[in-house]
Amino acid sequence: MPDLWLLVLACAAGTYLWRGLGVLLSGRIRIDSELFNWVACVAYAMVAGLVVRIIVMPTGMLAQSLLTDRLLACALALLAYYTCRRNLFIAVCAGVIALIAINYVRTAWVLLG
Amino acid sequence: MTAAFYGGAREAFGVPAAVLGAGYIGYGALAYENGYSVWLTMLATATIWALPGQLILIELHALGAAAFAIVLAAVVSGARFLPMTLSLLPVMRDARYGRPVVYGAAHLIAMTGWAWAMRRCPDLPQEQRLPYFAGFAATCMAVSVASCPIGFYLSGAFPPLVRLGFVFLTPVYFFVILVGDVRTRLAAAALACGALAGPLFHLLSPQWSVLLSGFVGGTAAYLIQKKFRRSHA
Repeated sequence: MPDLWLLVLACAAGTYLWRGLGVLLSGRIRIDSELFNWVACVAYAMVAGLVVRIIVMPTGMLAQSLLTDRLLACALALLAYYTCRRNLFIAVCAGVIALIAINYVRTAWVLLG
Repeated sequence: MTAAFYGGAREAFGVPAAVLGAGYIGYGALAYENGYSVWLTMLATATIWALPGQLILIELHALGAAAFAIVLAAVVSGARFLPMTLSLLPVMRDARYGRPVVYGAAHLIAMTGWAWAMRRCPDLPQEQRLPYFAGFAATCMAVSVASCPIGFYLSGAFPPLVRLGFVFLTPVYFFVILVGDVRTRLAAAALACGALAGPLFHLLSPQWSVLLSGFVGGTAAYLIQKKFRRSHA
């Protein structure tokens, strides 16, 4: 058990390293520079890459659902967001309920058939 | 300043806190099943403060990976915090905030607060941006840490379909705030390129995929946008 505590603290230090390095280097970046534009592009691309990867190729529990179901649920969430005056709550609920409902119907279908 | 801090805290107390809370209930349940103590679960959340890194730690530890390999994987997955910090701090910079405050605020940077602040901060007066972000992100962290024990002690109580909903909440939330609120062409191009590059690089190398998709996708988006701007100038 003590090694697990050390492991957590080591991972925490390693993660903060990037944030601290960011503070150290950010003093030299002007917000109206080309460098800032590029860094922002890299940040957005990293975040988008991670989120899309989790949706398209998940690990763990989410991997038990179908790709088409997850994509459909995401599309419904976005549609709900735009049609309900950009209400984040409705959008997220729509996506999650859609995925649960589709899976429920699939399970029921298998049990009946 | 305090008003801006509380303003940020108030805005976090809604969908962002609810989504994070649900995500960390899921994390608490997973941590319980993998032999963590409840205190360690909360400590990991407050100190690492990055759900993907925390999940990597649990998964690799369960597989019996070497400590060095686990830390390396978590550090590599945290690399996104460098460009995230570099793109957020210049927006929030103000002469009145000293180094300790800024280094402290940097610890609060994670996906939810970053995406929210990138969207909201440009609308706020310069001196209010840092306290606004700090209030928002500290609330997110407090709710997340408080949610860990809920998942930890209720781990067996959730039916499989509800747990599926819990783990899907976070990705669908990020998907909607990223795609639904793109403010600039530059951000739109970067999101599109990253979305394409993420899964592609994951097929090549799961461990380095986040870094590679950021650098390659982000640079591609930057170059495309630059060319587009010049031809329309």
